[in-house]
Amino acid sequence: MSDLLRLATAGSVDDGKSTLVGRLLYDTKSVLADQLDAVHRASADRGLATPDLSLLVDGLRSEREQGITIDVAYRYFATPKRSFVLADTPGHVQYTRNTVTGASTAQLGVLLVDARKGVIEQTRRHAAVLALLGVPRLVLAVNKIDLVGYDEANFKLTAKEFTTHANALGYADSDVLTIPVSALVGDNVVERSANTPWYTGPTLLEHLETVPVEPDPHHVPFRFPVQYVIRPRTPEYPDYRGYAGQVAAGTITPGQEIVVLPSGGRSVVQRIDTPDGELAEATAGQSVTLVLSHDLDVSRGDLISAADAAPAVVDEFDATLCWLADKALRAGARVLVKHGTKTTQAFVTDLVTRFDEQRLSSVELPDLLQLNDIGQVRIRTAEPLPVDDYTVNRRTGAFLVIDASDGTTLAAGLVGAPLPVRDAVNPGP
Amino acid sequence: MTLALDRRTANLDALESEAIHIFREVAGEFDRPVILFSGGKDSTVLLHLALKAFWPAPVPFALLHVDTGHNFPEVIDFRDRVVGKHGLRLLVAHVQDWIDDGRLTERPDGTRNPLQTVPLLDTIAENKFDAVFGGGRRDEERARAKERIFSLRNAFGQWEPKRQRPELWNLYNGRHRPGEHVRVFPLSNWTELDVWNYIAREKIELPDIYYAHEREVYLRDGMWLAEGPWGGPRDGETLERRTIRYRTVGDGSCTGAVDSDARTIEDVIAEVAASRLTERGATRADDRLSEAAMEDRKREGYF
Repeated sequence: MSDLLRLATAGSVDDGKSTLVGRLLYDTKSVLADQLDAVHRASADRGLATPDLSLLVDGLRSEREQGITIDVAYRYFATPKRSFVLADTPGHVQYTRNTVTGASTAQLGVLLVDARKGVIEQTRRHAAVLALLGVPRLVLAVNKIDLVGYDEANFKLTAKEFTTHANALGYADSDVLTIPVSALVGDNVVERSANTPWYTGPTLLEHLETVPVEPDPHHVPFRFPVQYVIRPRTPEYPDYRGYAGQVAAGTITPGQEIVVLPSGGRSVVQRIDTPDGELAEATAGQSVTLVLSHDLDVSRGDLISAADAAPAVVDEFDATLCWLADKALRAGARVLVKHGTKTTQAFVTDLVTRFDEQRLSSVELPDLLQLNDIGQVRIRTAEPLPVDDYTVNRRTGAFLVIDASDGTTLAAGLVGAPLPVRDAVNPGP
Repeated sequence: MTLALDRRTANLDALESEAIHIFREVAGEFDRPVILFSGGKDSTVLLHLALKAFWPAPVPFALLHVDTGHNFPEVIDFRDRVVGKHGLRLLVAHVQDWIDDGRLTERPDGTRNPLQTVPLLDTIAENKFDAVFGGGRRDEERARAKERIFSLRNAFGQWEPKRQRPELWNLYNGRHRPGEHVRVFPLSNWTELDVWNYIAREKIELPDIYYAHEREVYLRDGMWLAEGPWGGPRDGETLERRTIRYRTVGDGSCTGAVDSDARTIEDVIAEVAASRLTERGATRADDRLSEAAMEDRKREGYF
């Protein structure tokens, strides 16, 4: 049971997202007096009558000059029940790049709409990106509910439209919550509002404190990318050889049989070491050191897997890319792929589809993928990779596409075709 | 109470595991990493995590301290003791050397904090360090809130906010061209309170000046500064004996103390939890200079 919730917020400045984030931070006493003073001073310097809470959030000079949020910002707050890491992703500029980044580690997505406008194009896009990246649960905050006179019918309409869209993306009703809020006034953000007696659900903060944190995948078999081989060669530990890494999925106990990929060598876990003592079990998210019973050739880049449920080792696979670079992708591009702790050369051999997240449909055989495009491709790698489907395991189904010449991160890669498009366009029986 | 304690422990386990993962990624992907170590609380926690990440092997990195010459002697003693205890290799870049040979000029206000950047970049270049660990946290300041865990610096050591790479999942991209390096911040997701809770849980020793003690101090810009070679008190500033402690430890000319009776780690945690000021706002004159003070210094190559 983790008591750290990682969430991503998405929405545009116009929806009052910065105000909502500011309100959460302020009402949980996470904004301190000197930070608030700085906001008051800067607001006064600009001749504003009321403090601009977005200044708490917009950290870079160019953001403050242009009055927009450019980059993902990370915020931290805590209540007696939970600690929160909030990835605040801007809506206007490079929205896919930012939303993908925030969503890649999020356990909950909070989307924001203006009650007067309801669900707009950007809301649908954001939700599609969150679904694609496998964020398990969504919240829709219907903001500025005060400006529609706290009208229940208005809220219900927006809530229904959003839930229908989320269902099409694969979310069950129980994974989606819609809340009427006013970030400015504070309705239903932290304090329950007397203005919405017809709303009986939790406030936003109550929900954040109680929403089940999707456990890192325990139900999937053990996966352990080897980061580093620990060989002290000291008088105290002359022959010690341990494999350091963070459990990516599943659980391991001493005595369990494992296979090292891609070589296929088999062994048994003898010990799970940490500086605080040996462990009886290690689960997803824990950084540990494994000592094996046999002398195998294991190095950084290898994957230690449960022997009875090993992933496929492939050098050609289908994947979905979220293209994050200014330079467009064309078929035949030579790139680097970083999967787990392994980096290998690769070709993007084919562009199969480009996803139109607005219409939830696909364009076949596109010529290129441009900045913020999402598409399915086929990849061939120089060295074989042990991959899982992203929908089964976020950690071992994810990879980076890197520019071999200047090291730029070009794309977020997801093994398989987790696009929600199929269900939406061709509803199943 | 028990519940709150459990929550704290679960949270610290996740943060510790993430930091250890980051250390090991750097060890696996870079040729010449170095840890910035000043003896302050964040860098002491950083070193503690590095020791854990590679146990039972020694830490495979050297340490680097940019010494302004205005450091608190208690902290320098502590730094040297820790280095000796763990058999580590420490490089010290003395700002004074750069002033002596004319590469740097003393500022009129006597503050040496901004002077650290050049010795830092020179030392990084001279030693061909390609990864430099720092104890920076995103909760410290709003320019830092947009910092990556792996932060690419160009050949001039500069931070270019618009060239920062998207950071996805826990897959860190450490690729860089010759002459460039990467600053790495394993404590990115920690808060000041997390750091203190971790220090308590792991029983990590710190320099005494983090705990309440009596000291001769004078008031400047709303901060209690200590007497020292950095100048002061000036006219109109008078020394008085107060019970204080330091929330951050840096260059003596611009690091202020806070009034405090917190003599134990438990007292400090209670004080930090109740504080209405950020640690930098309370104690760092250099961050108050302008709306974008930290961003400007980061762009120049500061942390």
